[in-house]
Amino acid sequence: MDGKEVREAGPRPGRFRPVAQKTIEERERVVIRFAGDSGDGMQLTGDRFTNATALIGNDLATLPDFPAEIRAPAGTLHGVSAFQIHFASDDILTPGDQPNVLVAMNPAALKVNLDDLEKGGIVIANEDGFTDRNLEKAGYGSNPLTDGALDEYQLYTVPMTTITVRALDGIAGITKKEAERSKNFFALGLLSWMYGRPTDVTERWIERKFAKKEAIRDANLAAFRAGYNFGETTEIFAVHYEVKPAPAEPGTYRNINGATATAYGLVAASDRSGIPLFYASYPITPASELLHELSKHKNFGVRTFQAEDEIAAANMALGAAFAGHLGVTGTSGPGLDLKAETIGLAVMLELPMVIVDVQRAGPSTGMPTKTEAADLLLAMYGRHGEAPLPIVAAYTPSNCFDAALEAARIAVTYRTPVILLTDTFLANSSEPWRLPDVDSLPSMDPSFAERPNMGTEFLPYLRDENLARPWAVPGTEGLEHRIGGLEKEADSTGNISYDPQNHQWATDLRAAKVLKVADDIPPLRVDDPSGEAEILVLGWGSTYGAIRVAVDRARDRGKKVARLHLHHMNPLPKDLGDILRRYPKVLVPEMNTGQLVKLVRAEYLVDAQVFSKVQGQPIFAEELEEEIIRRLA
Amino acid sequence: MNEGNGQQSNGQPGAPIELSKKDFISDQEPRWCPGCGDYAILSTVQGFLPELGVPTHQMVWVAGIGCSGRFAYYVDTYGVHGIHGRAPALATGIATARPDLSVWVVTGDGDGLSIGGNHLIHALRRNVDLKILLFNNQIYGLTKGQYSPTSEEGKVTKSTPFGSLDHPFNPVALAIGAEAAFVARTIDNDRQHFTEVLRAAASHTGAAFIEIYQNCNVFNDGAFAAVRDKQHGAQRNQIRLEHGKPIRFGEQGEKGVVQKPDGSLEVVDVEAVGEDALLVHDAHRENPALAFSLAQLAHQPTGPTPIGIFRDVSRPVYGEAMDSQLEMAEQKMGRGDLAKLLLGGDTWTVEEPENAS
Repeated sequence: MDGKEVREAGPRPGRFRPVAQKTIEERERVVIRFAGDSGDGMQLTGDRFTNATALIGNDLATLPDFPAEIRAPAGTLHGVSAFQIHFASDDILTPGDQPNVLVAMNPAALKVNLDDLEKGGIVIANEDGFTDRNLEKAGYGSNPLTDGALDEYQLYTVPMTTITVRALDGIAGITKKEAERSKNFFALGLLSWMYGRPTDVTERWIERKFAKKEAIRDANLAAFRAGYNFGETTEIFAVHYEVKPAPAEPGTYRNINGATATAYGLVAASDRSGIPLFYASYPITPASELLHELSKHKNFGVRTFQAEDEIAAANMALGAAFAGHLGVTGTSGPGLDLKAETIGLAVMLELPMVIVDVQRAGPSTGMPTKTEAADLLLAMYGRHGEAPLPIVAAYTPSNCFDAALEAARIAVTYRTPVILLTDTFLANSSEPWRLPDVDSLPSMDPSFAERPNMGTEFLPYLRDENLARPWAVPGTEGLEHRIGGLEKEADSTGNISYDPQNHQWATDLRAAKVLKVADDIPPLRVDDPSGEAEILVLGWGSTYGAIRVAVDRARDRGKKVARLHLHHMNPLPKDLGDILRRYPKVLVPEMNTGQLVKLVRAEYLVDAQVFSKVQGQPIFAEELEEEIIRRLA
Repeated sequence: MNEGNGQQSNGQPGAPIELSKKDFISDQEPRWCPGCGDYAILSTVQGFLPELGVPTHQMVWVAGIGCSGRFAYYVDTYGVHGIHGRAPALATGIATARPDLSVWVVTGDGDGLSIGGNHLIHALRRNVDLKILLFNNQIYGLTKGQYSPTSEEGKVTKSTPFGSLDHPFNPVALAIGAEAAFVARTIDNDRQHFTEVLRAAASHTGAAFIEIYQNCNVFNDGAFAAVRDKQHGAQRNQIRLEHGKPIRFGEQGEKGVVQKPDGSLEVVDVEAVGEDALLVHDAHRENPALAFSLAQLAHQPTGPTPIGIFRDVSRPVYGEAMDSQLEMAEQKMGRGDLAKLLLGGDTWTVEEPENAS
């Protein structure tokens, strides 16, 4: 199939001749990027394609990429919204570095995304979007679909808008403008045909989603089928592809993104512990998804509270914790700055609380819709005084579920605020998730205090074997007590104390309690098949997939490389120091300028080196692979 | 008796219990400056609480930072001393999680109107079931004497040696503007009036806001003398608002308040207009305009100043509303089932390989 030839043929509606025979080619893995204007519905298109892909059993990973502006001026470069999906017949760990296929709904989408496309890759362009006006807005002097600029790619130009409008002709109650809006379903139909995605899943979804708006439902269905049939019947697409299901462990699967997985993890923690969940937050990208998701689950007794600001949200969660609930607040970087003082109070009050930080790019407002993982040191040290707390970092979208459970477990067991770090990439990205057996999930016992703990007296800061203090909630007779942010007699009464030695001792005690969490961390498992690796790649957070792929590829190239990924960021696992010292080189890929590196260098005196990327994008396996090779040279 | 989240039946209405003032006195010795108005406030509150019949374990006192912040340590109930300005938010978490508790907030003019202004107005707007006592001494006491958001213009303090430039808040007007359903003002040393106001606030469901004129004898002594101290004419200047009664004041009740045709209020001689012309106070009026006008009658407590209950109307309570949403969700969707939740959406199953050997 030669794209150039097609382009010269200048396909026009009505001139597509049906072909009898289509060839099916098998592909192991495919990366598709859907790109268009932020009003073109590309996220929805990608999302639906993903769902159909999940259901036929391909392994997959996705990465949405959208602008911060809700409706940037149509047709402009900064209004481009994209969704990337990587699916395969084997194990997938990242959303893919370079797309093989780019669907471009307009010139801006082409311009922004073309550089990422693999050389010789497929471009499917909505010819109707390439008007003079749109070309000008995207800064094209001439039309790249016809001027030869895409000669090195396989180009398919399809007048998606025109065909969609024609396909919708006769549907009552649909204006031409509305008809044009259904073109994303046309694109979805076409791609569904090209990659053999099942249509019934998508059709059922459209029927359900638009059940109350019959005209829109019929329009979208018609557009979707028109796209599918267009692929099936016209001669431009002679080949379509098959990607076989990936082998997977037996079990029941669903597709899940990190935001939903985090929410489910929190609901599960509440369900398993019997402690009601109280989630307070202030709208902030990208953490709002968590508030939206949790708000749906009131039948689990989940209280969600949209507070007046970030500080209020933290205080409400802490107040709820004092009152015996699992107090959780979620936010992103700027919000974590604001919550710092309250988190310090939680450190002093020693109450269970979880703070979810969905990290995003940059200081200040930065790039709110782009990913980064540069809040590790903020989570570690971003409070005045000595205010240590445990930190858990999720490393894949579905792992957000386990990470949320683990953060809650630590918070409840040790009566401490815990920061759970995820990031924009994890929150928005999705992957198949093998559903856990609910009964096998860790349970946690709130062990509320019920009676005096020192004769007839109740000492609110008397500690148990974990150095945790009693959680005595209002309503419990005889355990009335007052706590606050002032320094206190930290092992007994909690009474205010300005005694110099007491402050030294209380400071040490709060630190010792956090360190004690390390007793629960299972031994680390280093992935070092040869046992004689020359370099250890140490990761944390969402770089997990890229690191695994990069390390595997480096090994394929004959390199001896070990790999280790951290889940607990504070306290660090007890065996980490010994492991790091075993390797001549330690490379730490991070989506910041080197924060974990600073921690391990300070903690273990090892010469760890950073591979840093702060571009609002995940680290790609290919660039990391090259870095590993370079470090071994 | 203690189930799950610690809720229990004790302290619910209908369980009369005998309590005394000493049940509400903690083992911590109050440490305010000798002569501080806070002592009188603490004593009046501790003297009043027993009559509520709410056992000490069903009550929570929440305070912010400032001299008022220490209050939480001195009442022998559950208590949290939070951070500067955030007590209403902390208390909102407690009251929303546990509508069964009686939750009280102590704040000051700096804590509640400056650093924590946002939380105060939103707690009032939402009508969270909190009783909020704002100790207004028109000065920053704990930080040793800077002007506060209620200090008069031109106030000379350590931070404003040439006089402050700020126009002050009128806390009662602010609360009414924030849609508060219960708004009152009282005076630290008037035990009887203060107790009556506390009683009305406690019987109000939802957020109740009480401004307390509190004398700081170290940094702002006499700020409220005109309405607080007999020797400075308190009996002349206190306009005691009573629901359903004509608004009159003065040693012999010789002064009164009338509403002019344009809606504004004016102080008049009763003799000149006759009692029938006086404005009759209506705290239950839905429209807050009149309560607001009354609040504006005296922007600073240096002359005739209304005290008492400005507004007492009924609105849905936030915590109860949230609870009923949870109940409705459970009725509609059934009690949450975790396994079902995880299975929600589209799932697929990978079978065991048939010829596994």
